[in-house]
Order: sequence, then structure tokens, then C-alpha cells
Amino acid sequence: MNEIFSATVIIGVLSSGIRLATPYLYAAIGETFGQRSGVLNLGVEGQMLLGAFASFYVALTTGSLVYGLLIAMLVGALMGLAMAYVTVNLHAEQGISGIGFYLFGLGMSELLFKMLLGTVETVKGFSVVPIPFLSQIPVLGEIFFQQNILVYIAFLLVPVAWFVLNKTTLGLKIRSVGENPEAADSLGVSVARIRYFTIILGGTLSGLAGASMSIALLNVFQQNMTSGLGFIAVALVYFGAWRPWGVLAGALLFSMVNSLQLWMQVLNVPIPSDIAVMLPYLLTIIVLVATVSRVRSPAALTKPFDRGD
Amino acid sequence: MKKNLLVVLILALVLVLSACGSAPAAEAPAEEMPAEEMPAEEMPAEEMPAEEMAEAFKVAIIMPSSITDLAFSQSMYDALLAVQAEMGGEAAMEIVYSEGMFVVDDAAAAIRDYASEGYNLVIAHGSQYGSSLQEIAPDFPTTSFAWGTTLNTFSDEGITNVFAYEANSQEGGYVNGVVAASLSEAGVIGVVGPIEAGDAALYVKGFVAGATATNPDVDVKVSWIGSFSDVALASESANTHIAAGADVLTGTAQMVVGAIGVAEENGVLWFGTQASQTSLAPDIVVANQVYDWKVALDQMLANIENGVYGGEAYTITLANSGLVMDYNGAYDLPEDVKAAADAAVAGIIDGSIVIPVE
Repeated sequence: MNEIFSATVIIGVLSSGIRLATPYLYAAIGETFGQRSGVLNLGVEGQMLLGAFASFYVALTTGSLVYGLLIAMLVGALMGLAMAYVTVNLHAEQGISGIGFYLFGLGMSELLFKMLLGTVETVKGFSVVPIPFLSQIPVLGEIFFQQNILVYIAFLLVPVAWFVLNKTTLGLKIRSVGENPEAADSLGVSVARIRYFTIILGGTLSGLAGASMSIALLNVFQQNMTSGLGFIAVALVYFGAWRPWGVLAGALLFSMVNSLQLWMQVLNVPIPSDIAVMLPYLLTIIVLVATVSRVRSPAALTKPFDRGD
Repeated sequence: MKKNLLVVLILALVLVLSACGSAPAAEAPAEEMPAEEMPAEEMPAEEMPAEEMAEAFKVAIIMPSSITDLAFSQSMYDALLAVQAEMGGEAAMEIVYSEGMFVVDDAAAAIRDYASEGYNLVIAHGSQYGSSLQEIAPDFPTTSFAWGTTLNTFSDEGITNVFAYEANSQEGGYVNGVVAASLSEAGVIGVVGPIEAGDAALYVKGFVAGATATNPDVDVKVSWIGSFSDVALASESANTHIAAGADVLTGTAQMVVGAIGVAEENGVLWFGTQASQTSLAPDIVVANQVYDWKVALDQMLANIENGVYGGEAYTITLANSGLVMDYNGAYDLPEDVKAAADAAVAGIIDGSIVIPVE
């Protein structure tokens, strides 16, 4: 039982947790932008799957990981564009259309996989890049500074997103569009343009989330490989109360508990595996229900905006 | 605030669903079926032996994952293709499939569709489809159904047109365990399992039994990730085992592709099951237990030809060559280890090795 507090286990839990948190961060930070502007995008999972496949396929055929990343972002952005058109111009119900985009991404990634690859293959993905000096720090270095480049970018995204949302005019516009679109509109802010921007940004980041799995962390593409992760990312936005730092906390908590339960099984902690694998989900649901009554969501979330002119 | 709560509830529901590893992907059968092929009236099979059949023997299969999953679904699809080739190609046997049928209701609808379209044999390839089959089979008395993996043909319920099939996956698990324990220098072996049930549970029990029988001091650590599809968690599970000292890994179900990647990166040996996983990591895969359902399918087809539509259960084993040990030729397996593996196979076949599975 004392084993669980050994350095190996602590390093193992934390470094696994950091890796597991990476795709959540991309997807959930992207989703945060969308929701702060008043759009709930439930299609994240589909954007991730298509991004994962596109980047895997391009990296495999061209041998270029950079092209893989670019195509993942492009595919995510295009799906974001479609989502934006449907929700902003057509005023479609956001939850339902998001599910539609999820199913599209799921089906399309499976179809393309079958047509273009046909079987599970591996690709040489982004390798671990130890950060000079920092990676030499005992314990901490191994946990934080011996990861692949997409992991670092994911964590850097958090302060950047915080800065953009809270310290720039663009962020102010995004927040005002999500809180009171009528007022923003009367002040000359284009609600439609802001929402297009945030949804396309969200799609781009979701595409990256997929790429972070298929060409950096796992280096393999398998049908439905995101396995519900995109939906958890949406939940993490609620969990994080629509704030990048809150999202980071949620992503880390969920991922750490997940890697902790893996270690508990390996260390023979006498908990049935069925219970162990439920822990991160249970915890997330409990925190979700607990926070939802305390934190106010963006007032215009899920509400289409009609200028009425 | 009410709307907010609704969204949260939907999310909670989706979370629970994804925790179960579900994938609501319903795909249309690969081949379109011309309407004129649907027989206007059912013709009893005994009146038209296979060789004289004007129409091809028609098989439909419904499976939870994809035909290219390098695991459970692919093993059955490959066996069907082998049977088809033996029977004389597409003219003699027509195969359609519905894959990714994780949602049981969708699968039930597909099973009923295929049966009413006149398919001779409808295979429900997943233990979760049992209750649907029990409901549907009595409505189509001249259609054969097959259900796996199980030994229950519903004959106790008076149903006569359901075959059952199962894999004794603990047998190859045992052999894999023998080789794994012989090759492990650290004496620590990690198992990445999906959900503790069905043939995954059998495989792991056999693997642990084989490993500990070979080296009582070996420490086999088993983890269940709670999903058949979560590749990322399977990969971290492998990382965890390696950090905990394992130098040999195994695992079962389609999400292990994530774990195999980690094993390869760390130069840790891998043992596969269900289908050959050698192509994914030729440097580190040592051996695979490969399912070959052809034995079971051959017997089913022979029965159908004789007018027997169900009621029998088949188990693929090492003895009937339904389970085959497949060694990676590129891996240099020491002679004595190979000999120990062959001895284990022989012992399981002649009954001198009994694997406790309960």
C-alpha cells in the first residue's frame, strides 16, 4: 500500500496524467471560446476524429508531421465553418446540430479509413523533446519537461487563451457576444462574425486535439479512437466554469484520477476494476452537478441571435 | 439555469455512454442487395443442396467493431472469406456485413432486416446480441442464426434455429503465458484488458495460469481499462505497466493498438490474441493466438445443408485447429522456449494440462 507514494508511482501518475490531459486541453480550450461567444458545439468528438484521421493519413503518406498538423487544423476549421453556418445563419438548434456533426465526423473518418488505409497501421509521430535544463530537474523534469511538442503547446495554450479572453479587445467582444448579443450588436460588434471566428477556432483546436492523439501520443489511427473524449472535453468547459484555468484544472483532475486508477490496478489495491474505471467519470459528474448551480453560464449560450432587421 | 442543467444532464448521459465505450455507428451493409434477389417464398434448404443451388448461399454478419480491427470482428470476417474462397467465390456464397454495431438496438434491427431479406445464415457476432436473437429467431424458422461467443443455443427455450460458437481463448492465453514468463527477465508482466468479461477474461485467466505455471515467481499485473475502444487509455495502461517494471506485455480487444505502440517505443515484448498483430510492430510481437472460426463455420454450413438450422454449439480450440499459435518469424525465439510452448500446446490438446477458468 505504501508503494502508492513511491517516487516511481507519483512520477508515473503525473506524467501519464499530463499526456492524457493533452487532447482534452486542445478540445476544451477551443470549446471555451465557442461557448463564451454563446455557441455550444457538441460536434467536438467528430472534429477530433476527422482531424485524427486526416493528420495520420497525411503524415503516413507524405512523411511530414507538419503537413499532418496543418491538415488536421484545416479539416477542423472546415467542420467549424459548417457548424458556424448552420448555427449562426440558419439558427439551428445547437445541441442537435452538434450531435449531427459528431455523427458525420465519426462516419466519415471510418469511411475514409476503410477506403484509404483498410487496416490499422502505425506512423512515426512526434517524438519526445526534453527541454534543456528543465528536463534535468529531478522528478519535475521527468513529469513536465520530457514530453512531445504537442503536449507543451497544449499547456501553453491555457495562458494564451486566458490572455486573449480577458485582456484583449477581441476577448471582450467574444464575451459580450456571449453575454448580451443585442447590446454588442448595438455597439457595432458583429455577432455573426465573432461567432464564426470562435467556432472555426474551436474546430481548428479540435482538429489539433485529434492530431495530438494520432500523430503524437499514440501514432496509430483506429476507428472511433477518441472514444467519447470529445464529449468529456465539452463537459470540462462546464467544469472549468468557462475559464481556461478552470478547464486546465478539470482536464488535469480527470486525467490524473484516470492514471491513478490505472496505477491502483497495477499495485493490486483491492478495488474492483469496474469501480476503478468509473472513478474519473463519477468525479466529473459530481463536480459538474456541484458547480452548475454555483456558476453562471454565458447568458446567451445556445441562443441563436437574430438582428431582426 | 434550467437549460443549463439540461445540457449538463445530456453531457452526463453521454459521459456514461462513452464510459461504456459505445459507438453509435450504424453503417449500411457493404453491398447493395438487388430487390429481385429476395425470394418471394421461403424455400426449405433441404430441397436445394448447396451444389445445385441456383442462388448463392447468403451470409450476413453483424459485429460490434470493424472488419479491420486486427481483433475480434476481423477474425470472423477473415474466416468467412476463407469459407467463401473454398466454396467457389462470390458466385457460391454472398457475404454482407454490418460493422460498428455497438448499439444493440441497431444490431437487432439489422438482424431482423437480414432475416426477412432471405439470408440463409445470420451471424450475430457479439455476446451482447443474445437477447435480441432470442426474440427474432422464432419469427424466421427457416433462417439459421449463429451467436457468439457463447454456448447457449436457446434450445432450452424451444428455439431450434440458433447455432452458438465460442473460443477457448484461455488455451492460447496459456501458451502465450508460458512463452512470456520464459522471456521475461524482470519477472514482471503487464496485461492490458478491456472489460473483465467474455473471452477477454478467459484469455487473461489462461495467460496468468501459463505464466505462473512456468515461473511461480513471475508477477503478472492485470489492469482493465473499462473500454473496448479507448486507445489513449490502453496506451497509458501500457506506460503504467512499463513504469512498474514490466518487460513483457499482452492484451486483448481492439483498443490494444495503443498499447502495442507504447511497447514498441520502449522495446518491450508483446503477445497478441484474436488476430495476428505482428504487422503493427514486427520487432516486438513474439506470438499471437489467432482465432480461425472456419472450423465452426464449416460445421454450421454442413448442418444447414442437411436441414438442421441450429441447436448446436461449437468451440474453437487448439485441438480442432480453430485456435492457432502464430509466431512472428522475425523474432528470434530461443529453441527451448519454443519447445516449452509446443509442449504446452500438446498438453492442452491431450488433456494433461487443465486450465482453471472458474
